[in-house]
Amino acid sequence: MKTLEDLKALREKLKGDIKVRQKQGTKIIIGMGTCCIAAGAREVMSAVLDELAVRKLNDVQVQQTGCIGMCEKEVLLDVIRPDEPRITYGNVKPADVKRIIADHVVNGRIIEDLVVGKIEQEG
Amino acid sequence: MQHIRAHVLVCAGTGCKSAGSKEVELAFQREIKAQGLADEVMVVETGCHGFCEYGPLVIVYPEGTFYSRVTAEDVPEIVESHLLKGRMVERLLYHEPMTHEMIPKYSDINFYKKQHRLVLAHCGTINPEQIEEYIAVGGYEGLGKALTLMTPEEVVEEVKKSGLRGRGGGGFPTGLKWSFAKQSVNDKKYVICNADEGDPGAFMDRSVLEGDPHKILEGMAICGYAIGADEGYIYVRAEYPLAIKRLRVAIEQAEAMGFLGENIFSSGFNFQIHIKEGAGAFVCGEETALMASIEGKRGMPRPRPPFPAVSGLWGKPTNINNVETFANVPQIIVNGADWYCQFGTEKSKGTKVFALTGKINNTGLAEVPMGITMREIIYDIGGGINNGKKFKAVQIGGPSGGCLPEELLDLPIDYDSLTAVGAMMGSGGLVVMDEDTCMVDVAKFFLNFTQSESCGKCTPCREGTKRMLEILTRITEGQGREGDIELLENMAKNIKETALCGLGQTAPNPVLSTLKYFRNEYEAHIKEKRCPAGVCEKMAVYTITDKCKGCGLCAKTCPVKAISGTLKQQHVIDQAICIKCGACMSVCPFKAITKG
Ligand SMILES: Cc1cc2nc3c(=O)[nH]c(=O)nc-3n(C[C@H](O)[C@H](O)[C@H](O)COP(=O)(O)O)c2cc1C
Ligand code: FES
Repeated sequence: MKTLEDLKALREKLKGDIKVRQKQGTKIIIGMGTCCIAAGAREVMSAVLDELAVRKLNDVQVQQTGCIGMCEKEVLLDVIRPDEPRITYGNVKPADVKRIIADHVVNGRIIEDLVVGKIEQEG
Repeated sequence: MQHIRAHVLVCAGTGCKSAGSKEVELAFQREIKAQGLADEVMVVETGCHGFCEYGPLVIVYPEGTFYSRVTAEDVPEIVESHLLKGRMVERLLYHEPMTHEMIPKYSDINFYKKQHRLVLAHCGTINPEQIEEYIAVGGYEGLGKALTLMTPEEVVEEVKKSGLRGRGGGGFPTGLKWSFAKQSVNDKKYVICNADEGDPGAFMDRSVLEGDPHKILEGMAICGYAIGADEGYIYVRAEYPLAIKRLRVAIEQAEAMGFLGENIFSSGFNFQIHIKEGAGAFVCGEETALMASIEGKRGMPRPRPPFPAVSGLWGKPTNINNVETFANVPQIIVNGADWYCQFGTEKSKGTKVFALTGKINNTGLAEVPMGITMREIIYDIGGGINNGKKFKAVQIGGPSGGCLPEELLDLPIDYDSLTAVGAMMGSGGLVVMDEDTCMVDVAKFFLNFTQSESCGKCTPCREGTKRMLEILTRITEGQGREGDIELLENMAKNIKETALCGLGQTAPNPVLSTLKYFRNEYEAHIKEKRCPAGVCEKMAVYTITDKCKGCGLCAKTCPVKAISGTLKQQHVIDQAICIKCGACMSVCPFKAITKG
C-alpha cells in the first residue's frame, strides 16, 4: 500500500461487495410464490440480477415475497425508491427488466403501461 | 456474473463452531448449489456475535433476518423457503425471553438494540479471514491517516484528547502511557498487545481477535508509529486456537498488502508483529509477568518502577495495552478525539464490552457506552433474571472485582464510580446472581481462584490469601468464630497494601465488598451457624416433615445411621450425627425431607 489515496480507491472498489449487508437505497421486490415461480418469476429474477451486475448497481437491494393474490398479473415486480411510493408492475417478462431498471430504478421514471398498483410510502 | 442479492452470514466464532456451525455452513453451500442459487447468494463466515448461547447463528441479508440455533437439517428449509421464495422460517426466529415476542430482524432484538457497538462493530458482519472485507468497511484508514497526515506527536495527542483508558483492568489513560514510551530514548522499542484474557468467563478479547483481527493489527501499528517502535508482540493464550489462527492469517494478509512490513504507506515507517502463545497462567496477564514469559522466563511479576515504558521487554522501552484498548484506536484516529468523546462519561470515554453471565436470560457480550446503569445492562440487554427469580447481586470486574447489591443497580458505571463502591471495571466480567446465592460462598469461590493462581513470589499474597481462604472455608462449614469478620477485614487491608502485584492487591476485593454489602450473611453463618441461602452444605439442617409415611427407606440409606423411628410413623434425624450428605432427601418417595 503506497498512499492513503490508493487505500481509499481500493475501498471504493470493494465497498460494493458487502453492500447487501448494509442499508441500501432502492429496493426491488419480486413475487416468488409457487404460482409466481410457475409464471416465470425465477427468470425475471435472473434478468434483474444480470442487469444490476452489468450496470454495477450494487446498492440496489433485491428481495422476494410470497404470493399476494394477484396471480393473474404475475410475474409481479415492485420498485421502491427511497422516499417514493411503492410501484407494482405486473405481467413482467424478462425482456421488460432492462427498461424497468434503466427508466425507473436509475432515473426515477415510472413505466406507466406496466403499472398495476401504487402504494404511498410504506414503512 | 450476476448481482449477488443475498448474503448468508454463518457465525464461525468459537461458541457457534462448537455448536456445529461448520456443518451448517457446508449444508448451505451444498443446498444453495442444489437449488441453482450459487450465482446470486453468497455464504460468508463471520466472527462471534456475542450471543453464543443461541448459536449456531445465521443472519440472512438484505433482510437482516436473524436465525438462532440452526442445525444442518434446518438448512434445506431456509434455502427453499427464505432464499428461493422470500418467506422467513418462523420457527427458527429468536423470541424475546420476557415477552415471548418473535423478532425477525437482527437489529430489533433487545439484546442488540440497546448496545452501542464501536469495538465490536464488525464482529459478526465481516469475514475475519478476508482483509478485503475489513478494507471495505474502512479498515487501515486510521493507519494510513496517522502515517501520512500526522506526526507521532499528533497521534499521541489525539489519543490523549480522546480520553481513552486501558480496557485491561487498570483504566490507565492510554495517551499518557504512549507519551511515556515515546519519551524514552532508545533505538529499539516494543509494542505488546495483552490478549491473555485470564478472567474466568471473559471472552470479549477473544471475540475481537476472532471476529475483527485486523483492527488489532492496525491499532498496534498506529501505536508503534506513535512511540517509535518497529516490532510488536501479541501475547495470546494457547487456549484460543481460533483467535491465533485468524491472527496468523490476518498478519500474512496485512504483510502481503503492505500494511505491515517495511516503508508502510511510503512513510519510511516499518512495523512487524509476532504472536506469542501463553500457557494460560492467570498471573501471566500481569504486564511484567507477561514480558518475562515472552522472554522465555517463568511468568512472575516484578516490582515497578521501572515501568515498561522505561524498561520493558528485553529491557527496552515497551508499551503494553489490552486488545480492546487497541481496538478503539483506529476509529479515534479516523474520526477524531472529539467524535470519540461524545460517548461515555466525563472521566471514562467511549464504550466498554461486558461479558454477561450468571443467572440472566441473555448471556453474551454487550458493548455499551460508559455511564450506563447496571439495571439497563441486566434488564434491558440481559433480559432480566432467569426463571423469574429475584436479583441479589452482581459481581463486576472479574475475580478481583466486587459484588454490588440491588441498591446500586442505578449507579452509572464507569472506572471511577465502580472503584468508589468497592468494585472495579476490570476486564468487564459481569456475573449476575439471584436470591439463591450465598455471598460468603461467592467470596470463597473468587478467593479460591486468586489464591490458586497466586504465583507465590510475595508473602502477603501467597500466605495471606491462603489464610483468608481458610477463614472463609471455616465460616461456610459452620466453624466460624467470633472476631472472624474483623480478622478478614484486617488481613484484606494488609494484603492490599503490601502485595507485589495487582493480583494480590485486588484479591481481597470480593471479600471486602461482600462484607460491606452483605455483612448480615456472614453474621448468620458465624453467630447462628446458618446459611440464609441454603447453599453451604455443611450448615444445612435436614428435617423430616409430617409428610413422612414412615417407610424407613431414609433410615436404611443413611450412611451414618442418624435416622431413627418406628415403621409407619414419622422418623427423626439426629443432627449431632448427620453429616449433611443429602442421601435421605434424594431417596424419600414422599418428598418429606427438607433442607434449610
Ligand atoms: C493478575 C493480573 C492479571 C491481569 N490479566 C490481564 C489480562 O488478562 N488482560 C489484560 O489486558 N490485562 C491484564 N492485566 C492488566 C495488565 O497488567 C496491564 O495493566 C494491561 O495489559 C495494560 O493495558 P491497558 O492499559 O490497555 O489496560 C492483569 C493484571 C493483573 C495484576
Ligand atoms: S460464536 Fe457465534 S455468537 Fe459467539
